Amino acid sequence: MTSSLLYALAGTLLCGIGLFGMLWLSHLLRKLLAFNIMGSGVFLVLVGLPQNQGGPDPVPQALVLTGIVVAIAATALAVVLIRRYYHLSGLTTLDEEPAFREGGPE
Amino acid sequence: MTLWLMAGLLFTPLAWAVLTLLTDFSRGRLVSWVGILVQALVSLGLWLAVNRDGGFYYGLGGWDAPLGIELRVDGLAVTFVLLTAVVAGACGLHAGVYIDPDKPWHRYFWPLFWFLWSGLNAVWLGGDLFNLYVGLELISLSAVGLVALGGQAGALRASLRYLLAALLGSLAYLLGVALMYGQFGTLSIAGVATWLSDHPVPAGSGMALALMIAGLALKTALFPLHRWLPPAHGIAKSPVSALLSALVVKASFYIAARLWLELGQPLGSLAAAQLIGLLGSAAVVWGSWLACRQQRLKQVVAYSSVAQIGYLFLLFPLTFSVSETVSLQAQQGMTLQVISHALAKAAMFLAAGNLILSVGSNRIDALGGVSRFLPFSLFSFGLAGVSLMSLPPTGGFAAKWLLLQASLGSGQWWWVLVLLAGGLLSAAYVFRIYRASFLESSGTDQFFHPSRSLEVIPMILAILALGMGLVSDQVLSVMALPFAGEGAP
Repeated sequence: MTSSLLYALAGTLLCGIGLFGMLWLSHLLRKLLAFNIMGSGVFLVLVGLPQNQGGPDPVPQALVLTGIVVAIAATALAVVLIRRYYHLSGLTTLDEEPAFREGGPE
Repeated sequence: MTLWLMAGLLFTPLAWAVLTLLTDFSRGRLVSWVGILVQALVSLGLWLAVNRDGGFYYGLGGWDAPLGIELRVDGLAVTFVLLTAVVAGACGLHAGVYIDPDKPWHRYFWPLFWFLWSGLNAVWLGGDLFNLYVGLELISLSAVGLVALGGQAGALRASLRYLLAALLGSLAYLLGVALMYGQFGTLSIAGVATWLSDHPVPAGSGMALALMIAGLALKTALFPLHRWLPPAHGIAKSPVSALLSALVVKASFYIAARLWLELGQPLGSLAAAQLIGLLGSAAVVWGSWLACRQQRLKQVVAYSSVAQIGYLFLLFPLTFSVSETVSLQAQQGMTLQVISHALAKAAMFLAAGNLILSVGSNRIDALGGVSRFLPFSLFSFGLAGVSLMSLPPTGGFAAKWLLLQASLGSGQWWWVLVLLAGGLLSAAYVFRIYRASFLESSGTDQFFHPSRSLEVIPMILAILALGMGLVSDQVLSVMALPFAGEGAP
């Protein structure tokens, strides 16, 4: 087994763990952490799989930097929304129907 | 000339996003009017330029393909750029009047609106897989922010659900991109297609395409992954719902369609194409059925979006292993469906917003008597409904007519049944709302009159959707223009 394949397989494994967490866990912060784990898995596949004549390929490394920025932005947005949602409703999950009537005039 | 057009198209939304971040809502509105005007002119200019000279590849900042960001400016892309300018411009003008400037958090509407617009332009013009990912994320994050702008717990709940679905979809797409780059060593869609035409298809590379299309289908809310859409589109402010339904879901679909048209033939399979078509048909029937059963006005419109998106996915079976003519008909049908649905759905959501504003409730049974007080908005709603029902001469009719011809031409007659059932069911839910609004029994006599400009904008969009069927030939002829430049990689 080559090292690049090892990276890719480890990345796939992380993706699997993250996917499981995103679908299975109900606490919103855990879902968010699972998203980050899955993201790391994708980045590992992206960096590890392509090899440029035996050495690492520089292009995906630049891409992963952009990807990390995007993931941080998404995480920050999600944390703000989760925090505000918790303040307003006292809930940390999306599962049960909240007691208030959804909507109103708008 | 081209330089200025491209710079205007890509730079102004970003610049305006930053500018409006510094102002409050009312001043942001004035600034945005200028921005909308600039965007409309630039989009029209680019459309005319492509109409005259044909499409071209454009390296951003003078950097070409492997290093820089390469944009693919062809007929389809400029058609969607122009569509975005029309629909987003209309929604922006409507939102300027509709959204309450006194709530302090509403000042974030304009920055989010402009970031959304820049993401849309990036996706329409993007030529490589990774920049499309960045554009998609820009769209998703600003769209989630716009949904959360409602401020109540319900809006936050819907936006969180939307955010999680969108992030999962993006990661699936990005994993597909990673596998694609690992296999082919290039990120350009055209580059992958060229590689595939020279080499035998490596085993298992369909997996990457499948992952990407699955992620994009989640972001486009294809049945059975549509559960996040109705709450988010139903609870957002009406101009935001209009933007989301008309443009945002189309962006992820557009990428899926581009991927399929370029790479579907070598990498896809007949079973996959039929499966996607089947899911699209299920979305048409199930979405329309649920739209008939909703109690709240905007939920009806939102479920109708789920159904109308389903039609788009008929593109996949109708372009796989069929003759050139049938494939072209299906592509034209898809394009017209995107355009006419965008116009009609934006008109419908904006008109629904006016009706809700007028009766002060979002329930359908509260609409009784509104036909006397707000006939103009109700008429816009109906005109948009005619396009969704796909009666002639609307754009919806032309789109479904082309899809019907493509189904018959390729011998896949079963999609015709879907087209018929969808049309009938959409008539059912539009008439249901009409029936409720003509009933006089509810006894409410308190109606609020929205300002004239709020009523005019949906009417213009509805008329455009209606007229789309009459000018469909001109619209489609731009789409079919060949590339003029030799810069193709």
